Amino acid sequence: MDARALLKDAGLAAFVAFALAFPMVGFQTIDVSGSHGITVVTRFGDVAIAVALVFIGRLALSLLQNRAMRLPILVLSAALAVGLPLLTTSYPVITWLSVIATAVIAVRAAWLVFDIADVVGRDEGNHLRDATAFIGRWFGPVLVVFAVLFPFLPMTSRYILDLGILVLTYVMLGWGLNVVVGLAGLLDLGYVAFYAVGAYSYAIIAQTFGWSFWVCLPLAGLFAAFFGVILGFPVLRLRGDYLAIVTLGFGEIIRIILLNWSSFSGGPNGISGVPRPSFLGFPFTANPPEGTRAFHQLFGLDFAPEHRIVFLYYLILALALVTNIFTLRIRKLPIGRAWEALREDEVACRALGINPTNTKLTAFAIGAMFAGFAGAFFATRQGFISPESFSFLESAVILAIVVLDGMGSQIGVVLAAVLLIGIPEFFRELAQFRMLAFGAAMVGIMIWRPRGLLAHRDPSIHLPKAVGGGA
Amino acid sequence: MLTVQGVSTSYGHIQALHGVDIDIRKGEIVTLIGANGAGKTTLLMTICGKPRVTGGRIVFGERDISQLPTFEIVRLGIAQAPEGRRVFPRMSVLENLQMGAIVADPAHFDADCHRVFKLFPILDQRKSQRAGTLSGGEQQMLSIGRALMSRPRLLLLDEPSLGLAPMIVKQIFSVIRDINEREGMTVFLVEQNAFHALRLAHRGYVLANGRVVLQGTGQELLANREVRAAYLEGGH
Ligand SMILES: Nc1ncnc2c1ncn2[C@@H]1O[C@H](COP(=O)(O)OP(=O)(O)OP(=O)(O)O)[C@@H](O)[C@H]1O
Ligand SMILES: [Mg+2]
Repeated sequence: MDARALLKDAGLAAFVAFALAFPMVGFQTIDVSGSHGITVVTRFGDVAIAVALVFIGRLALSLLQNRAMRLPILVLSAALAVGLPLLTTSYPVITWLSVIATAVIAVRAAWLVFDIADVVGRDEGNHLRDATAFIGRWFGPVLVVFAVLFPFLPMTSRYILDLGILVLTYVMLGWGLNVVVGLAGLLDLGYVAFYAVGAYSYAIIAQTFGWSFWVCLPLAGLFAAFFGVILGFPVLRLRGDYLAIVTLGFGEIIRIILLNWSSFSGGPNGISGVPRPSFLGFPFTANPPEGTRAFHQLFGLDFAPEHRIVFLYYLILALALVTNIFTLRIRKLPIGRAWEALREDEVACRALGINPTNTKLTAFAIGAMFAGFAGAFFATRQGFISPESFSFLESAVILAIVVLDGMGSQIGVVLAAVLLIGIPEFFRELAQFRMLAFGAAMVGIMIWRPRGLLAHRDPSIHLPKAVGGGA
Repeated sequence: MLTVQGVSTSYGHIQALHGVDIDIRKGEIVTLIGANGAGKTTLLMTICGKPRVTGGRIVFGERDISQLPTFEIVRLGIAQAPEGRRVFPRMSVLENLQMGAIVADPAHFDADCHRVFKLFPILDQRKSQRAGTLSGGEQQMLSIGRALMSRPRLLLLDEPSLGLAPMIVKQIFSVIRDINEREGMTVFLVEQNAFHALRLAHRGYVLANGRVVLQGTGQELLANREVRAAYLEGGH
């Protein structure tokens, strides 16, 4: 494309952005106390920024067609993506939007520079997995380092850190459910039940026996796994849609039991005063009880409520990473391979000596266990749990995260969780635009990656059919 | 080694096998031929425990296996290359072989792989290719190779020649003869391709409408008038 066409194309995109942003971003109605009705405030500055962002972004994406421009754009956008957060503006949403936009461009540029696209496009042999391995090898560690440094980045406010904790919880849930849905191919619509079992077992055990977090956590996981087996045993002979419906029912049953069994679970009021986690027995309180020391005293710091948030952040990061490493490892073991094979062809599996019931039960139990861990974390983080937190919507969101990533890949879950949890939460500031951002993200995915963000193994239906049919 | 005694099998109300008797001795190649829908696949699957027998019994070695679940029967040393190959299309050739070895001692894995690659050199070249993208012949070789990975005592093959060019059929049948002669592998071969199957096999059975209607050595059956009329005339 020549320069004029490029500018025209970018101009068109900017015009569309303007048409959308002018009415929606340009005017804000606020309810000024004292006056009658609402007042309109104009925000044309923001509109200008949005339009400029779209223009530059579109131009950069088009310029990527030109081989020579790829590397400079990669360097520039990566530098911007890293550098922009260091500037703290008065309106952080703008900063974040620009960071996301430049990051998207950087990823796209990296994609082209390192020829990942070509590799992914090829549909034979192990190339697909090579590409995923490439992303796993480079992108994964970078992401982990970023996650570790995240609490100390200048733009990380307490609110954003909380958001990080929330996203990581869903990342962990996504990785856990991925074992069941992605690897073993069992459509589980009641995953939140195990999350609830974990949360309630943690809350009740910790309150009743006063044991520490690290004792209650495995117990919560164990209980959830146990429920996984109990549910799995009768239903795993069902397939596809039937399994989905039964698990959906199970999720609701657990919620309704929790809602009605007041003497045990506190009914709709839930359980409050769930013990908070402590750092190796040192609590995060300003004034620890007589004879004990609190976390800040241990390290000679001034008391700050953020300490606990940071601790919780690292706790969920560690739990999520354990889940990830565990799933990566188990995929290479016979049991993990059996899950994948079972998803492809159950009859063949049986003929090879695999016990399908046990194999599926293991997947179910392990998935449930991770949900149980996440539930225990949720309970200790919130300090309060009630059946409301474990509705079907949660199951749906977790499933959406897993399905979005194209099933079976690990980094895709992170991206999907950021997209589905982080962005809508983040745009809460924008109130009514929140769902717009969510919708835009979904539409974008459907257009560019209809088979998932990082479809790991393409569905077999896309394969060229071999002679004589085959499996 | 394997004795099928008066076995009947039904799918719901439809009875597919009516009192079938078959005997397979150690070191033999035994073939089962019959028209479409005769019940050959049903018999092979019944030996593997799914569907279950509704009458009669199946004895492997000394043991009555007719009530065992499939995965336990397989672990006793029966492997099969099922009808339609059923390789795992999205897994690589090597991963498919690993799946075959899932009940075997992992210490043998390398040696067993080597053995399969020696029987089917093309698989060695395709090691990391996805099984779904292999040709039909290669998939059949993989299916047999995968079955061999568990070091079975009895190998069940369901129509390995299905949809393959004569050259490939020849190659596969010569490999079957090879593993039988060199390693003493016992083979139960279900085939439509009666001519090749009967020439290869020591003994054969003819199945029609769920009943054994003829049996004898391969040579006898090849010479039999009814067999010639039903399965050999026209073509081959
Ligand atoms: N799962 C099933 N449910 C109901 N009926 C079945 C089932 N499988 C096979 N049958 C029936 O049992 C009979 C025997 O089928 P089978 O597959 O054993 O034939 P076959 O001899 O292997 O034929 P082919 O040579 O075409 O593979 C057929 O009438 C078939 O319709
Ligand atoms: Mg058949």
